[in-house]
Amino acid sequence: MLEIKNLHASVEGKEILRGVDLTINAGEVHAIMGPNGSGKSTLSYLIAGREGYEITEGQILYDGKDLTDMAPEDRAAEGVFLAFQYPVEIPGVPNTTFLKEAVNAIRRYHNEEELDALQFVKMLRAKTKELGISDDMLKRAVNVGFSGGEKKRNEILQMAVLNPKLAVLDETDSGLDIDALKVVSDGVNHLRSPDRAILVITHYQRLLDHIVPDFVHVLAHGKIRRSGGKELALELEEKGYAEYSVAAE
Amino acid sequence: MSTAPFTEQFETAKGSLPGNGLAWLDARRESSIKEYAGLGLPTTKLESWKYTRLPTISADNFRSVKNRDGEFYIDDVPSLFKADTGAHRLVFVNGIYREDLSSADTLPTGVRIEPLQAALERDPDFVENHLSNNGAKDGEALYALNSAFMDSGVVIQIGRSVVVENPIEIIRLNGRAGSPVVRHPRNLIVLEDGAQATLVKSHTGLGAGGYLTNAVTDVHVGEGAILRHYTVQNESMDAIHLATFNVNIGQDATYEAFSLAIGGRISRTEANVNLNGRGGHCNLSGSYLMRGREHCDNTTVINHLMPDTTSREVFMGVLDDESRGVFQGRIVVHKDAQRTDGHQLSKALLISDKAEMDAKPELEIYADDVKCSHGATTGQLDETSLFYLRSRGIPEALARNLLIQSFMGESLQEISNDTVRDAIMDRIVHWLPAHCYLAEEWRQE
Repeated sequence: MLEIKNLHASVEGKEILRGVDLTINAGEVHAIMGPNGSGKSTLSYLIAGREGYEITEGQILYDGKDLTDMAPEDRAAEGVFLAFQYPVEIPGVPNTTFLKEAVNAIRRYHNEEELDALQFVKMLRAKTKELGISDDMLKRAVNVGFSGGEKKRNEILQMAVLNPKLAVLDETDSGLDIDALKVVSDGVNHLRSPDRAILVITHYQRLLDHIVPDFVHVLAHGKIRRSGGKELALELEEKGYAEYSVAAE
Repeated sequence: MSTAPFTEQFETAKGSLPGNGLAWLDARRESSIKEYAGLGLPTTKLESWKYTRLPTISADNFRSVKNRDGEFYIDDVPSLFKADTGAHRLVFVNGIYREDLSSADTLPTGVRIEPLQAALERDPDFVENHLSNNGAKDGEALYALNSAFMDSGVVIQIGRSVVVENPIEIIRLNGRAGSPVVRHPRNLIVLEDGAQATLVKSHTGLGAGGYLTNAVTDVHVGEGAILRHYTVQNESMDAIHLATFNVNIGQDATYEAFSLAIGGRISRTEANVNLNGRGGHCNLSGSYLMRGREHCDNTTVINHLMPDTTSREVFMGVLDDESRGVFQGRIVVHKDAQRTDGHQLSKALLISDKAEMDAKPELEIYADDVKCSHGATTGQLDETSLFYLRSRGIPEALARNLLIQSFMGESLQEISNDTVRDAIMDRIVHWLPAHCYLAEEWRQE
């Protein structure tokens, strides 16, 4: 589903990724771990299409199509989803309105009929029930006044509503206490499916106790240094990233 | 004689101006035209006009309004309200009162709403007693010019302790007069002690074409009275809209004003507010959305003259293309005005590289126990927010609209009347580039 080949990328002229290779198939959950500044977030932005992140070499193929020149909204419509490390607050825009605009924009992209208010609310209610999210969170403005945990749950709700084929979770565990972590992880696990690929980006192993990956990769200074099964995460937890530091290279 | 425009026009027009023959009024007009002639139209050399340059204005390019300029057929009066709110409605076309389009017949006792001309015929003493008489200070040429002409306008009187539940709506439709006209409306709004009213005024351009409006509104808010005063300026893209407000707020009275500007080649609103009584409060706020080469100037002076007075100002705007916004806000805390609480904020969103904003906040404080703050920011749409919305599948143009709407929504918090707030958000949404279906969706929820 996702094929990253020899990806080099820079931000503001500074080279961040130096030849990343990664293949993720439908139904798999991959975790990318790495020290701060290793390029983890850059990789997630490149997949989602954030402006200012430039691919200098290599490519990202999604369902065999090159994503490079595709606008972020088109990637989303094609089924790519990024759960943000720091979800953005949008005052004055009710969460429900935002979700409905997103769902209908994607439906328009696929030449499908838009959902009317009633159909949308029905669909939304089903998702919130599944994920145990209160209606109160839907009425409030997008992420405004949300706790850290609520913001992350809202990301998971968006993911459930938009129903992506490829979901990238960028540091979803940051800022969460253990209870919130469990709720968010349950949400993600709920969305695991044979048709969907999930890429979890994290600094710490603890998230992977809850979202158990099929594969773990270590990203350090711009390259995948090692890949393995879920036991690799435990090893990293024990030994840290010292052996992947620049000095150790 | 001075070369200031319109002085000759005055000589021709004065015999037919409203209230002609009333000695005090004739004298007022004569002294005002002299004051104006000595000053001439304001130029950028005046400190308060530093950022706003008027184009060349002469009596040759703006003729006086004639009755027939307001008598053409109008099939649809653009009320700000969608549903029938039971609003008392007065409609003017090019300054000419249109009784046939108005509905001011169901007013509570103690309320009078009538065109200036009618008020001068019925109760000239009332008008004389309440019309402001500032004398022309430096830079108040427009005030003097208006005081000379006063060719139309509305007089509103809300009697002691009368609460008017339904909004009073004044609709002004301008343009389509064949050639550009000039009007000098003079409005008088008097709320006696304990009265309450909501006034909604709109200015709408009928198609393209220029015209000049030089309006003055005198407002008196009596002791304990509450006036909510909302204005929507949607003049044609060639129009010049100049408005001066002189507001006097009594003890424990509240004046809440909000203006939305979405049209006009050049629009300038100058508000002079005096908090004359202990415990008086004013909220003077507004939004502006400009595009093309439109220019919008909000200049305010709030005088805290008595103790325990509070004021709040929030002006927020969006500037596209080569448009320009100006905010000049001065808060003066006079020496007796202890425990004044004054808060002022100007925020502008530039959505084009060529748009420009000039903000000049000023505080002058002569009392020692006061709480005052001011702030001014000018910024662009937040890139991270834009990416966030787009990453959810929302196309860029729509995402930008949502963020503009979000920004404007903050400023509309200043409006306490829900119906008016919704109506103004509706105008804003219609201003947004393309993707208006968003507005439709928004409304249904």
